[in-house]
Amino acid sequence: MNYARQVLIHLRKDLRLEWRTKDSINGMLFFTLLVVVVFSLAFDPTAYPSIARQISGGLLWVGLLFASITALNQSWTRELRNRVLDVHRLSPAPASAFFTGKALANFLFVTGVEVVLAPVFVVFYNLHPLGQVSLLLLIMPLGTWALVVNGTFFAALSLRTRNRELLLPLVLLPISAPALLAMIQATTAVLTGDSEPALWIKLLVAYNVVFTTLCVLLFDLVLRED
Amino acid sequence: MEKRITINPLLWIWLPATLIVLAFGYREAIFISPAEASMGDVFRIFFYHVPNASLALIPPYINLAGSLAYLFWRNTNPLRAQAADAVAIAAAEVTLLLTTIGLVTGMMWARPIWGIWWTWDERLTTYLLLWLLYVSYILLRRLSSSGQVYTLAAVLSIFAAVDVPITFMSIRWWRTQHPGPVLTSGQVDNSMHPAIFWNLAGWAMWTAMALYLRFILERRRQAASTLHELEYLGRSLEVEEVHGY
Repeated sequence: MNYARQVLIHLRKDLRLEWRTKDSINGMLFFTLLVVVVFSLAFDPTAYPSIARQISGGLLWVGLLFASITALNQSWTRELRNRVLDVHRLSPAPASAFFTGKALANFLFVTGVEVVLAPVFVVFYNLHPLGQVSLLLLIMPLGTWALVVNGTFFAALSLRTRNRELLLPLVLLPISAPALLAMIQATTAVLTGDSEPALWIKLLVAYNVVFTTLCVLLFDLVLRED
Repeated sequence: MEKRITINPLLWIWLPATLIVLAFGYREAIFISPAEASMGDVFRIFFYHVPNASLALIPPYINLAGSLAYLFWRNTNPLRAQAADAVAIAAAEVTLLLTTIGLVTGMMWARPIWGIWWTWDERLTTYLLLWLLYVSYILLRRLSSSGQVYTLAAVLSIFAAVDVPITFMSIRWWRTQHPGPVLTSGQVDNSMHPAIFWNLAGWAMWTAMALYLRFILERRRQAASTLHELEYLGRSLEVEEVHGY
C-alpha cells in the first residue's frame, strides 16, 4: 500500500466520523459566529466602515483560531476511545500518514467553516474590500493550513499531558505568531487596499513549507512516545 | 546512582571573579562613564539592558543542542540523554531570566525616553515572543507526566528554535522603532566602551554560572527521583516475596 493511499484512508475515516456526528463543524461554526457577534459589541462596524476594514481581517482570524483550537482537541480525543490510538501506535503504517490524513481532514473542516461564515462576516461588518479580493482565495487556504498543521501536531503532543485543553493554545499561539501576523496583514492589505499582500503571502508559503516538513518528520516521535 | 553529583570546585574561583568583574562594571557604568549627551543619566540603564538582552540570544541554541542530543541518545544511552535534557531545561530557564531582565530594563528606559512603557515595535515584539515561546516550553514540562516530558519538550524545543528566525524576520518587515544595533554602528562614544565591555563580560560570566548551577540542580533532581523510583521498586518486590506471588 503506497503512502498516498494510506493518507487517503486516514482522511476518509476522519471525514466519515465527522459526517456521522458533525460535532466539530457545528461547534466551530457557532463559535466563530459568536466571536463575530461579541466583537460587534466592542465597536460599531457599520458606523465606521474604514475601521471595520482595518480590523476585521484580524477579527476573522482570531475567531477561526479559537474555533479551530476547540475542534483540534476533539479530533485527537476521538482516537483515545477504545484505545484506538494504541492500535495506531502498533501499526506498521508510517505515523506521518496518520498525521497528514488528520491534518487534511481538519483543514477541510476549517475551510468549510470559512466558506459558510465569510459571507456572514461581510454582511454583518458591512465590508467593502478595496483591494484585490481574488487574492483571498490564496490567503485563506494558506492561513488555514498554517493554523491547522501546527494545531494538529500540538494537539497530539498535548494529548497525554494533564490539562490538555489548556496546554494546546499555550503552546500553539507563540509558535503560530509569525503565521498569524502574516495572514492578518495579508487579509488587511486586501480589505483596505493600502498595501501589497505579496510579502505576507510569501512568508505564509515559507512558514507552511517549513512547519509541514517539521511536523511530518517529528510526528513519529510524538506518537510512539509512551 | 551512588555517586553524588558535586559542584566543580572551580566555581569557588569563578563566583568571586564574576562578582569582581560585575563590581568593576558597576563602577564604570555609574561613576566613570559620562552622562549621555541627549538622554543624561537615564542612559546608564543601557549598560545593563544591552548585555542581558544580547546574551539572551545564546541559551536558546544551547537548549536546542541539548534537546537534539537528548533525542539522539534517548534509546542508546539513557544516562547521557538525561544529562542532555538537564542542559536543555537549564538553558530554557536562563533564556527566560535574561529576556525578562532585558524586557524590564528596556521598559524602564522607554518610559522617560519614548514617554511610553511599551510599544509594538520590531525588537520589543520579537523579545516578547521569544519570552512567550520559552514560557510555553517550561509550561509543557510542568504539565506533562514524568515519563514523556523529555521527548515532548525536546520536540517543542526544535519547533521553537525554527520559529525564532522566522519571527525575527517577520517582525522586522512589520515595523521598527527600536534604536539600531548600538554596539556595532559606531554611535557609542569611546569613553563608554569600558563600561560596556566590563558589564558584558560580567553578565556573561554570571549567565554561565547560572546555567551551570541550574544544570547541577536538575541533575540532582534526576538522581533523587531515580533513587525514589528504585526504592519504590524494591519495596514492591519485597511485598511480592512476602505474598509469594
